[in-house]
Amino acid sequence: MTIRTSPSRTTTPVTPSPAAPDALVVRRGALLPGRVRPAAPLRREGPAKLTGEAKYADDLVFPGAWYGATIRSADAHARFDGFDLDPALDWSSVAVVTAADIPGENIVSLISDDQPVLVPVGGEIQHHAEPLVLLAAADRETLRSARHAVTIRTTPLEPVFDPLASEHVFAHYEIASGDLDAGFAEADFILEGEYRVGHQEQLYIENNAMIAVPREDGGVAVHGSLQCPYYIHKALKRSLRLTAEQARVVQAETGGGFGGKEEYPSIIALHAALLARRTGKPVRMIYDRHEDLAATTKRHPAIVTHRTGVKADGTLVAQDIDVVMDGGAYCTLTPVVLSRGAIHAGGPYRCPNVRIRARATRTNTPPNGAFRGFGAPQVEFAAEVQLGRLAETLGMSPLEIRRRNLYRIGDETPTGQILRESVAAEDVLERAAEAAEFEGVRSRTAKARARRAGSGHVPGSPLRTSRDRSASGIGVALAWHGAGFTGSGEVKLASVASVELGGDGRVRILTGSTEMGQGTKTIFPQLVAAELGLAADEVDMAAQDTALVPDSGPTVASRTAMVVGGLLIQAARRLRATVEERNAGAAFADVRARDAATHGPTRIDQQFEPYPHVHFDDDTYRGDAYPAFGWAACVATVDVDLDSGEVTVRDVVAADDIGTVIHPVLAEGQVEGGTLQAIGYATIEEIKLRHGRYLNDRLATYIIPTALDAPRIHAILVEAPFSGAPHGAKGVGELPMDVGAPAVVAAIHDAVGAWIHELPASPERILAALGTTRPVDGAPASAEVAAAIAEPIEAGTDPRPGAATDPQPMRGPRDPGEPT
Amino acid sequence: MSTWRFAVNGEPVEVDVPGMRRLLDVLREDLALTGTKEGCGEGECGACTVLVDGAPVDSCLVPVCQVDGARIATVEGLAAPSPEGAVLDPLQQAFLEAGGAQCGICTPGMLMAARAYLDGGGGPDETAIRTAIAGNLCRCTGYTKIVDAIAIAAGGRG
Repeated sequence: MTIRTSPSRTTTPVTPSPAAPDALVVRRGALLPGRVRPAAPLRREGPAKLTGEAKYADDLVFPGAWYGATIRSADAHARFDGFDLDPALDWSSVAVVTAADIPGENIVSLISDDQPVLVPVGGEIQHHAEPLVLLAAADRETLRSARHAVTIRTTPLEPVFDPLASEHVFAHYEIASGDLDAGFAEADFILEGEYRVGHQEQLYIENNAMIAVPREDGGVAVHGSLQCPYYIHKALKRSLRLTAEQARVVQAETGGGFGGKEEYPSIIALHAALLARRTGKPVRMIYDRHEDLAATTKRHPAIVTHRTGVKADGTLVAQDIDVVMDGGAYCTLTPVVLSRGAIHAGGPYRCPNVRIRARATRTNTPPNGAFRGFGAPQVEFAAEVQLGRLAETLGMSPLEIRRRNLYRIGDETPTGQILRESVAAEDVLERAAEAAEFEGVRSRTAKARARRAGSGHVPGSPLRTSRDRSASGIGVALAWHGAGFTGSGEVKLASVASVELGGDGRVRILTGSTEMGQGTKTIFPQLVAAELGLAADEVDMAAQDTALVPDSGPTVASRTAMVVGGLLIQAARRLRATVEERNAGAAFADVRARDAATHGPTRIDQQFEPYPHVHFDDDTYRGDAYPAFGWAACVATVDVDLDSGEVTVRDVVAADDIGTVIHPVLAEGQVEGGTLQAIGYATIEEIKLRHGRYLNDRLATYIIPTALDAPRIHAILVEAPFSGAPHGAKGVGELPMDVGAPAVVAAIHDAVGAWIHELPASPERILAALGTTRPVDGAPASAEVAAAIAEPIEAGTDPRPGAATDPQPMRGPRDPGEPT
Repeated sequence: MSTWRFAVNGEPVEVDVPGMRRLLDVLREDLALTGTKEGCGEGECGACTVLVDGAPVDSCLVPVCQVDGARIATVEGLAAPSPEGAVLDPLQQAFLEAGGAQCGICTPGMLMAARAYLDGGGGPDETAIRTAIAGNLCRCTGYTKIVDAIAIAAGGRG
């Protein structure tokens, strides 16, 4: 099962701070070792979900509702010349909406104003799933007939699919510290590497869904599956010319988001609202899996190149990193995804001389967007594989090279941020390594590999002569993840969350933060109840409805527990102080009913205030990029089938420092779920494209791990509280996503002696790296793989355990599959 | 149109719909039992799992004509009604305590697959449990707590 730990039992001191005492909230109930804490409440909406009573968007019934559909482009890049409606169909029973019907701006409101709600006739189509025309009908059969009776006319234009070749740059950053040339001059070894990752689909099991209902005041209410009600609210106001009151957004129960319901729901809401406005009826816009996969956002593909200078003892002295992300056809959230990617690109390691250059470009593929990790998983995969290759080059243990370089209190990051507190890189690494018995297992896998390596291949055949048909390996990775919005993002958001003592004496939380499975509705009442001396079930949660709740910022960036949870604690403290003061100091819990009867409702709105001592300059990219970081280590054990190249991830230990743990069961659930998404990213999840179109846009062909594919995941929660948050929490959602994939790839290397530079580590890529076959496209995946094909692993040359401690100096890229 | 007769959660029902209408749509739209979910519509995700004569099936792949005369069990039938409200099935209770449900969209199907496993005499064996739910995708939990919950319900508690 899981092991829970308390902080500060390692050599890393956690600096006490003025706010630190507040991080230890004394609550009633059972105690866990090391901290005063009650048994956590059960998931609040759990019974409704378990009995089938919970209403997701497609479960909602609106009498007389019509069904909506989106006619999309079939071209990656083209001019939209027009469309024809088949005169054989009776169009009087079908609503047809185009860009000309948009009363406000034809813009999906986000960072840049480049994406239209619908491409106008005469406009430019930028990707194959681009919405062009909307249809609605009273029944599905009519709608289906109508969809087939629309013909789109286009003039093809030259598309761009290669992000390296694209000249349209959405964003670029350069982060530099120290003197890069001096760093490389000082290095004993220099290693280069190129790493690639492709698209990944969030694959929430509930598809995107939105229902728009016309209002009597000329506005619209939308009910749907979503993460960020106020993003949609803003989009509706702008494109439909509505007042804040006329646009109402209500979250239905949401069946998973993972970032995939951060920005795209705005488009679906706009489409449904336009059709509702046209028909005067509620309109249901429920995507099926195919449409959801084909049209909605994915994780950004990336190409990351590293040039790293290191001393013979493993100390990093220079990192030159280049990150290119494929933004897809529109900007969406790309600048902030790239920004997070750039800041995390070096990994959680101290290095005095760093240059990180990052850019994101446009291609004629569907726009990429938010997905758990938000730019960090791509770059941390690259950084960790690079570090693993460095360790191999130096004959060091992968654990040892990490110990030597990991961030500790007082270290400075490439943006010039001094890590003043809450640094648990060493803690998570040691705990994961210990729980997985890393060094012991590794010495056994090394012996097995040396034995196997004697076998070679049967000439002219892919067969190996060894009787071993599979190989086991163990790998470790370490990661960091900035908690909350990047840079001055939280200050700009200025989020509000409220706690209200109602006239009936009930306490109610008002926040726009959404529940999508991660536990918002459970931990918020838990936190507020603890402040007010109440039981969690004595605190209500108002619905996530823009007519009721304030804008607490989007439910993204692992910010909900840390930032919004912190606001609620502050609001609850003020409420308690207000009530107790006017009741002669009597305890809030005892006097709340009387106070409400006397004074009526009391509502406290708490607005975000900048964390003390946290400053970031968005122009120079210098300063405190995040108020705090979470730290994660992962140890994966794999079996690789030497005939098929198939990888089975057998066991995973994940140690995550998330600051103060609010709810251990929910936090472990985040670690376990995020870890499995990372394993899917590492091994099987891949989008194949042809001419800018996703080929595997169905669940039969885009596969995710089943219960049988999944390892047993051992979650270890480590707590290094963050003093800036009143409860010490740092956020947990994204952190585990950053670290699983490089751990799996390191384990594959430990098993078979070859590094995989491109995710996923599919059987094809593994066999290519093993030299038994060539990649499906007929070309080697990289120069290094080509070298590996030319020269298979040989006997008795494994450099790792007991290898020479004085490796040969080298310059330039080293063949990963080749023995030292 | 034809008339199809079968039992849902012990209650006899009669529907007049085309025989090729999906059982999933009959349950959700004709009988207003929206606890059963649609995730993919092609038998990959298992969110629409119901029991037909005790066997777990993807109701998106079953035309209603195939269940004429059958006993259907859906998530709505798991908890027992009582004057104080629904009393959770031990399996539901185990999911609640162990953290087996997060976003909840796979949960109804997962529960039905697990119910069939337990009704078939399945015990707290990890591989057997994972095999029993291998047709039900979950994207939130990493399955660890779902497997734990089913093991608890199978009598493996403590």
